[in-house]
Amino acid sequence: MATIQLKQVEKKFGDAYAVKPLDMTIADGEFIVLLGPSGCGKTTTLRMISGLETVTGGQILLNDKNVTWLHPSARDIAFVFQFYALYPHINVHDNIAFPLQAQGEKKELIDERIKQVVELLRIQHLLNKRPGGLSGGDKQRVALARALVRRPAAFLMDEPLGALDADLRETMRAEIRQLQLRLNATTVYVTHDQIEAMAMGDRIVVMNTAVVQQVGTPTEVYYNPANLFVAKFIGSPGMNLVQGQFADGVVQLPGENRYPLPDGWKNAMTRGENVVVGFRPESAHVNPEGKLHGEVYATDMHGSYNMLHVNMAGDNVVHLRADRATRYPIGANIRFDIDPPMARFFNPQNEMALRRQ
Amino acid sequence: MATATVESSVTKSRVQPQSAQRQLSDRAIMNLFIWPTLLLLIAFNFFPLFYSLYLSFTNYRATATTAPVWLGIENYANILTSPDLWQAFTTSGKYVLFSVALQTIIGFALAMLVRGKFRGSGLITTLILIPMMLSPVVVGLFWKLMYNPNFGYFNYLIGMGQEGSLDMIASRMFNQPVPNLALAAVILVDVWMWSPFVMLLVLSGLNAIPDYLYEAAAIDRASSWFQFWHITLPQVKPLLLIAVLFRTIEALKSFDLVMGMTGGGPGNQTELVAVYLYRVAFLGQFRSGYASALAYIILIIVIAISNLYIRNLNRAKGA
Repeated sequence: MATIQLKQVEKKFGDAYAVKPLDMTIADGEFIVLLGPSGCGKTTTLRMISGLETVTGGQILLNDKNVTWLHPSARDIAFVFQFYALYPHINVHDNIAFPLQAQGEKKELIDERIKQVVELLRIQHLLNKRPGGLSGGDKQRVALARALVRRPAAFLMDEPLGALDADLRETMRAEIRQLQLRLNATTVYVTHDQIEAMAMGDRIVVMNTAVVQQVGTPTEVYYNPANLFVAKFIGSPGMNLVQGQFADGVVQLPGENRYPLPDGWKNAMTRGENVVVGFRPESAHVNPEGKLHGEVYATDMHGSYNMLHVNMAGDNVVHLRADRATRYPIGANIRFDIDPPMARFFNPQNEMALRRQ
Repeated sequence: MATATVESSVTKSRVQPQSAQRQLSDRAIMNLFIWPTLLLLIAFNFFPLFYSLYLSFTNYRATATTAPVWLGIENYANILTSPDLWQAFTTSGKYVLFSVALQTIIGFALAMLVRGKFRGSGLITTLILIPMMLSPVVVGLFWKLMYNPNFGYFNYLIGMGQEGSLDMIASRMFNQPVPNLALAAVILVDVWMWSPFVMLLVLSGLNAIPDYLYEAAAIDRASSWFQFWHITLPQVKPLLLIAVLFRTIEALKSFDLVMGMTGGGPGNQTELVAVYLYRVAFLGQFRSGYASALAYIILIIVIAISNLYIRNLNRAKGA
């Protein structure tokens, strides 16, 4: 397989950046997910790696070879399109055979490779059908087969599951991840779905407004978001973020809430400074002796747990995960605590995370 | 539908008591629209169609004062055994084959050329389409002038400028008769005139091919040549077949262009079936019964060929 390196790669349309200069190194066999809201530049980045889009600056290296200005066909990468891009006028067999026929491979080799790949994806029964008559999941399996059959150096996938319904998406997610591990295939995967990104990626590249916000493992981006955007974007719901003011080892939060700083944070901020306190719903616990309080605004039953919406004051609603057995009447005042190691702090001016010192 | 009917009957029952006389029923309005059209169709389409079918079995002459006499299938038998007819069909066959084949290739090539958007592509496309918009008789007469061996510039352009060396219309070169030269001259003009039509249909087919297919093909490492044969051509095929079907039917019936240029000559070298039919029906003998039978034979052949195409087209589409 292959390593992919991006060096100061950028894309401009006129004066507007679609992707601001970005550096990224993708290791052999790694599954990288480009994650971000629509229009953040993730698909453009992927298309630049594939060669379908030209760069306006920087270098792309594939296995240490500069491929920046090579045509897509000269890069030895496969691309799986969001809407499959199957050839509608030929059947599934010929669709899968297309990349091999285009290379003028011998019929025996083509037959052999197709046999392997359809067994891998369990689509033997579809070979004589036309793409038009297939379900979304089957179309995506055929598109994967077409990408796999040529044994490329790397796979690029542009929201391959975006057009599928929720159930199928989960099945296909596991299938793709399992295939990728089995083949040890270097893969760059684009999605706007943070759950998909968390579930599949070895590392996640979070992008927004043409800029990379954070690169890290799913655990890193989840527990240690680099900035407010990542904190809000990852997780459903995202991290609770409440603005307050620091003084004397305590952060003053709305509604007369006083949050004493956990160990290690006191030196990270200065007196009188505005800070944003962040915590995940599951790191807050309802506790009659809790230091924080608020009014129950709504409760959602999620089966194994209750999600409480608690209004601390004004419109500062935070989400807490509570046990499913206890009932919390709307309007009730409750007290809660934040798991000390799980509290995070951000600078509201530059939106960056503060570091423990 | 159901609601519309209910509403209209409600309106009617409310309105009728006051002005029953002035209201036309829906049915009357329907009849007023349909019958004039139907009568025109019957008078000018159905009647001639069936009357000519009847005449094709008689010895009727439009110039004679005697009533038609029933001959049975004699006209058909005579036509099908007449060498003149087979000669005309051979000429038509060559004409259809070469002009449709050339139009298809040139039309396709033109469509590929103007496909991409470039400066002035709209203007160039419009210019290319002009021949198609002209009247065939006018085109024929103009080209006759252009082919003129003494002052036409066609000879000059192909480097046969010296006087009398080439006469396309008379099918002669260096004063020697060259067979098929006049036919080639007519085919050339037909190709000039109708390649744009093929281009137009192919162009709309090309524009309907989604870009992602070419992106997928680029990723699949297909060369431009491979992309053309495996994506462009199959995707355009249904529209291309329609263009070929139209052109074949038109070429089989081709009449006005030939009449404008050669009148079927020299001799009968450019006498296509329609021109032959015209000669039998309206020149000299006015053998209307015989000509009707001939017209029916041509009609059946055109229908048969069209059906072959349409079957092929449906296969290409249903695929």
